[in-house]
Amino acid sequence: MLLADKQATLGPITRSPGYWTTVWRRFRRDPVAMFALLVILAIIVVAILAPYIAPQDPYKGMSLRRLKPPGTPGFILGTDELGRDMLSRLIYGARLSLFMGVTPVIFALVIGSVIGIVAGYVGGWLNTVLMRTIDVFFAFPSVLLAIALSGALGAGITNGLVSLTVVFVPPIARVAESVTTSVRTRDFVEAARASGASALTIIRVQVLGNVLGPIFVYAMSLIAVSMILASGLSFLGLGVKPPEPEWGLMLNTLRTAIYTQPLLCALPGLMIFVTSISFNLLTDGLRSAMDIKA
Amino acid sequence: MLIYIAKRIVYTLPIMLGVTLVCFALVHLAPGDPLIAVLPPDASEQMKQQLMVLYGFDRPYHEQFLRWIWRAVQGDLGGSIATNRPVATEVFKAVGNTLMLSAVATFIGFALGTFFGFVAGYFRDTVIDKSASFLSVVGVSVPHYWLGMVLVIIFSATLGWLPATGAGPGGSDAWAWDWAHVRHIVLPAITMSVIPMGIIARTVRALVAEILSQEFIAGLRAKGLSEFGVFKHVVKNTAPTALAVMGIQLGYLLGGSILIETVFSWPGTGGLLNAAIFQRDLPLLQGTILVLAMFFVILNLIVDVVQTLLDPRIQRS
Repeated sequence: MLLADKQATLGPITRSPGYWTTVWRRFRRDPVAMFALLVILAIIVVAILAPYIAPQDPYKGMSLRRLKPPGTPGFILGTDELGRDMLSRLIYGARLSLFMGVTPVIFALVIGSVIGIVAGYVGGWLNTVLMRTIDVFFAFPSVLLAIALSGALGAGITNGLVSLTVVFVPPIARVAESVTTSVRTRDFVEAARASGASALTIIRVQVLGNVLGPIFVYAMSLIAVSMILASGLSFLGLGVKPPEPEWGLMLNTLRTAIYTQPLLCALPGLMIFVTSISFNLLTDGLRSAMDIKA
Repeated sequence: MLIYIAKRIVYTLPIMLGVTLVCFALVHLAPGDPLIAVLPPDASEQMKQQLMVLYGFDRPYHEQFLRWIWRAVQGDLGGSIATNRPVATEVFKAVGNTLMLSAVATFIGFALGTFFGFVAGYFRDTVIDKSASFLSVVGVSVPHYWLGMVLVIIFSATLGWLPATGAGPGGSDAWAWDWAHVRHIVLPAITMSVIPMGIIARTVRALVAEILSQEFIAGLRAKGLSEFGVFKHVVKNTAPTALAVMGIQLGYLLGGSILIETVFSWPGTGGLLNAAIFQRDLPLLQGTILVLAMFFVILNLIVDVVQTLLDPRIQRS
């Protein structure tokens, strides 16, 4: 029988949906996760379009209109301690706060994966050296490590990014190492090696293909922590420096007005909270969508 | 068992050495002159040299490091550059306050977390589970320094029920278990308890749900065991992990209390770290971080050992 005849009798050949298509289909059915995704996308769009949608200049203050309550005409969310428009600063703040929260996780994802995959794939003494070094960093509570590093390096965006990256490399490396070690001894890797694939090819095709998914989801779950930590550094006076609009820093400078304008003081923190909880709900949704065996 | 414990202790030693090395490196990572805090801007080169010798900054790194460890083991963490007081005295006074705050917070977090976790695990996929689980997501997502401010706004600024700052009346830092002091710990402890509450609730929910779906539970029920009897089995199986998570969380709170201590002006290690960072008092920074990290390492060790004792099924290499 010709192939064409076979197709005619069996009906059209349909390609079975790929892994990520299935994940997306399952994810779409989760209303909470979808809502979280929409919130995050909205915050990203606001951050990108900040110059077009902010009603006022976020840096321009006027001592005559300091600490106006939310609802003041012309300043929907009021003004801060230097008379700058709160709404505009919150909108612009999305840029730096997102940047400070997400960038360290991306850096750590790259560095940590490389360390973990090399340690897991090569094994032996290299694994011991790399992973025992990682263990030392695990001996510091993450908040302490971040604050100690940026405290020693001094305030500033770059120093804040460096400290947070150092905080997130060890956990990512550990996950990458354990997944790689478990993949390395599996039959399909043996088969690839037996058929003459080089170490690099095996890492690229067999290892990365299986390791990237779990590490990616794990890294996503760190973004919420990173957002809180990054803003926390600025809240302490480390990280972002004034007059830049950043939610943690705004929370810090508004603290003096906690008795006079309580509602105003709570706003920047609310933004951090909304962003961080959305990332957490998104990760939870993604994790259960990827758990296809269930 | 004893061999395992001995092994675990021996394994901790290189970690401790690594921790001291990182703490030491911190000071030399810092840009600028380590004496910037005490030197007047117009200090002469000779005066600078004298001070460098006095603090030992003129020696090679490895010698400074060994000297620092040798003294640290004997309980001497050097002198604070800004106040000239011994770092060890300052740190241990502050650690007491931080430890108390973290312990109270962990206790509240554990009580609420296990409660929510059990309820959610028992009524899996019902509205009760969804609300309890949402509460635990809120716990791990809320920036706790902001939550502290919100609680101050509600309970101090608006209602005037509880004090917003300090650890005792009139800014005293001598602690006593009377209401005049205890009312100062209420807000910071509740604020701090939110994180362990969320994490413990999540862990317990997953554990309870998993245990309830196992065959031996169905067996016990089929045997006619009362629901309370089944509950006792669930508790027995959940306890080791829940307690371990609680121990680790206490360590995280100890190290991470700086943000909350800043909000509430709590006289603990957070205030010390803040002062050390902004006055560039490097020996104080180094010493505080070392003590906190050592607490965390030892706590991890204790948790591991206790967990093995509680649950002999856990086999470790």
